[in-house]
Amino acid sequence: MTIDNKNLFGKERLQELAEKALRVSDVDQTQVSIQVAKSSLTRFASSIIHQNVSETNGAIGVRAIIGKKIGYAESNSLEGEDIKNTVKKAVEFAQHQQDNPDFRSLPSPKPIPNSPQTYFESTAASTPEARAASVEDIVKTASKYRAEAAGSFSAAVYEQAIANSLGINAYNAKTSAELTMVMTADTGFGYSNRIAQDISEINAAEAAEEAAKIAADSRSPIAIEPGEYDVVLTHYCTEDMLRFLSWLGFSALALQEGRSFMTGKLGEKICGENITIWDDGLDPRGMVCPFDGEGVPKQKVDLIVNGVAKAVVYDSLTAGKEGKESTGHGTGGTGTHGPFAWNMFMKPGNTTLDDMIASTERGLLVTRFNYTNVVHPMLTIFTGMTRDGTFLIENGRVTKPVKNLRFTQSILEALSNVEMIGKDLIKQGMATVPAIKVKNFRFTGTTEF
Amino acid sequence: MKDFTEKVLSKAAELGATYADVRIVNSKSESIQVKNGKVDTLASSSDKGFGVRVIVDGAWGFASSFTISDEEAERVAEEAVRIARASARLKKEDVKLAPVDPVEGKFENDWKIDPFEVPLEEKISLLLDADRIQRQRPEIKISEANMQFWRTEQTFASSEGSYIEQTKLESGAGIEATAIESGEMQRRSYPASFGGDYAAKGYEFVEQWDLPGHAEECAKEAAELLNAPQCPSDIRDLVLEGSMLALQVHESCGHPIELDRVFGTESSFAGTSFLTTDKLGAFRYGSENVNIVADATAPGGLGSFFYDDEGVPAQCVDIVKEGIFSGYLTSRETAAKMGWRSGGAMRADSWNRIPIIRMTNINLLPGDWTLDEIIKDTKKGIYAASVSSWSIDDKRLNFQFGTEAAWEIVDGSIGRMLKNPTYTGITYEFWGGCDAICGRDEWHLWGVPNCGKGEPMQTAHVGHGVAPARFRNVRVGVIENPDEEAED
Repeated sequence: MTIDNKNLFGKERLQELAEKALRVSDVDQTQVSIQVAKSSLTRFASSIIHQNVSETNGAIGVRAIIGKKIGYAESNSLEGEDIKNTVKKAVEFAQHQQDNPDFRSLPSPKPIPNSPQTYFESTAASTPEARAASVEDIVKTASKYRAEAAGSFSAAVYEQAIANSLGINAYNAKTSAELTMVMTADTGFGYSNRIAQDISEINAAEAAEEAAKIAADSRSPIAIEPGEYDVVLTHYCTEDMLRFLSWLGFSALALQEGRSFMTGKLGEKICGENITIWDDGLDPRGMVCPFDGEGVPKQKVDLIVNGVAKAVVYDSLTAGKEGKESTGHGTGGTGTHGPFAWNMFMKPGNTTLDDMIASTERGLLVTRFNYTNVVHPMLTIFTGMTRDGTFLIENGRVTKPVKNLRFTQSILEALSNVEMIGKDLIKQGMATVPAIKVKNFRFTGTTEF
Repeated sequence: MKDFTEKVLSKAAELGATYADVRIVNSKSESIQVKNGKVDTLASSSDKGFGVRVIVDGAWGFASSFTISDEEAERVAEEAVRIARASARLKKEDVKLAPVDPVEGKFENDWKIDPFEVPLEEKISLLLDADRIQRQRPEIKISEANMQFWRTEQTFASSEGSYIEQTKLESGAGIEATAIESGEMQRRSYPASFGGDYAAKGYEFVEQWDLPGHAEECAKEAAELLNAPQCPSDIRDLVLEGSMLALQVHESCGHPIELDRVFGTESSFAGTSFLTTDKLGAFRYGSENVNIVADATAPGGLGSFFYDDEGVPAQCVDIVKEGIFSGYLTSRETAAKMGWRSGGAMRADSWNRIPIIRMTNINLLPGDWTLDEIIKDTKKGIYAASVSSWSIDDKRLNFQFGTEAAWEIVDGSIGRMLKNPTYTGITYEFWGGCDAICGRDEWHLWGVPNCGKGEPMQTAHVGHGVAPARFRNVRVGVIENPDEEAED
């Protein structure tokens, strides 16, 4: 693949900078990560563009190792002297450090497999004029439904080089784009989101139609009592739940520290047999990422298989502690925040959202969750509000919009009560997931809209 | 630097900008985290760049770069103008800005000890001491102690003639002990959770908290929580400790008074506000005991500054007066829509972000009680301390918060400790039940360094001055622990 973009430094120049930084360091082991990014975002509200921004930025992060002492420094300047100073600062910090007994070594080079395409010229070439034209389309659709549109349309191109003194020398250029919107139709609200590495996959008019229709349908919601309801949750909600599972427990550090819900439960059933979740940075159905923040190639990791807790993800530090190999889930930086699963997938089923609604005698259809947060980490209890379109289902049909409710619910308990799973996997920020139908989801409060 | 800002501003004007400003930011930070007897993080960060904001054809454009050079000054100004012209394709009216007097000056906050000059060994040693003491309790499986320091230099220049240089030094520190046993995990922190407390002060601020001196108590409480009874599900009087009340102010008052949210410009991300403009001056937000100000002038406040990122002077604005909703956080653009002058609340995360309305120091003014008096005056209640979890709806009405620990109050005395406390309510009903606020002696200005808002995401440093307070008839104990029946 040839990349010709004036926003990028290019493979040769970026790797040259990384090599240069490595040469400055004379300590036992050194890791250098360099990134350059150009990102733009067009933001709209009340059907006008009110914020429209662009950023060109760089970053260098240096991990210097003396024995088992680790120092870290970072800067956003890639100028010669500044690179030297960043390396020197990392070395100085390592000199003042204490031994980290868990440290074995920075990772050794491994061949990085040919990954699916991560860089798309269409995204890199996105202009403010093109994004404004998309917003015009969105606003037209909003008008059709007597709604107002608010949201953002962003495009970014990044390139990253990671090198270490053991011979890792990884480079990747990638793009990403995201369109997100909330439509407001009097007392009704609707939402849609599209995320892709290739911006041409994002159809703004179709996304606007989705959000505007929900907004129009959710006008004049009625209040209902909190309590347990069967719920049909869109893929937006499923992704929210997986994001929390990842944060709470799919990391080897969380497992090693005993704070993961997987602690002591590997090999045991922790949710329904119909639930299988894995992480795969190389599956093009998700946001592809060929290597992690330490330059280690991404491996597919089965996290939960048929309801059984199978494995967690590792970086070099957590893998070293157990005498294992990193799975390519290091987050880079200081290396001390632990690995992270951020390319998750949930195994699809064979139903549609309509099937789920049709099978529900009395329940709720939830478009998305809002402001979710963990209440009890070990029990995976989280709380949040429904938002942007919540509907009552009666006798297999969506009958009325309802005012938003607060839920307080264990995620693993919900995943033990999944009755139906959608056949479509939909790409979101951290996970590619289906819609699901969950029995007895616990709503604990209500609000006024 | 003035040559550089002149170049940017004149290029923007030449290309048709009717207004332009440029901010150059140069910052550095240091982060030290100790975990289970080892220095987990010892990191330094530096960051610099400039951002250009313009109005062209009545619409906004913003561009930024990490390269500060004459060539980049022109390119970024051109890009900002091009972006503004694209914005102008979708406008209903031209952007209007409330007037502001041009200012020239150089400002720096007060501090005593520069944390960047304190030897690393000294800082590490203090944290390791606190960590060691916490780990003396065998139940403590994760012991953490941290410090963070920032120094930010900013130059703001506008086409209206302002040239303002500001330097801000900030410090923060805290400890946290996590006890884990038999699938139960409980946490206590000091002086506040999620990293501790922060202020626009020097290293003296870290020393004042005496982290090692509080490590034993912190660990003891975390360990005791493991076997504490579950917080009952009930309606009770709730007494909130300061750092928890600070977050309550943040979420249920600070955010809904942001006038950009009220006008819908944050609706796709953070949401809107129930405090619509028709409620101004008339709506009963809380009881008559509730007086809240937005004070950007508070000495040492994490949300304090001299001028905001539009060159508007820091002010103290009334938000709630004797319970009545009385004011907003504003920008030049939102103030103009109301026919006001800006209250000076526009701040950007750094050079690469456009300023948006941010909290300053949203302070609940002190009352005349003491915490002892409140406890003695409470028949059946709960004293809840330290933030554990927070969630609120997108108009900021229905909230649910969790705290690290709570203690029963029975007939005027503090009783047993309770685990997994939660409480929930509707904002104005909750504040309507506020019948006692502690006085100036127990009032503290807490620093919150991680307030998220905007797209692309921006993180702001804000402050909340509060003293412990009591709220009548609050629903507590939302979660039920399947492993243990609530004891009452």
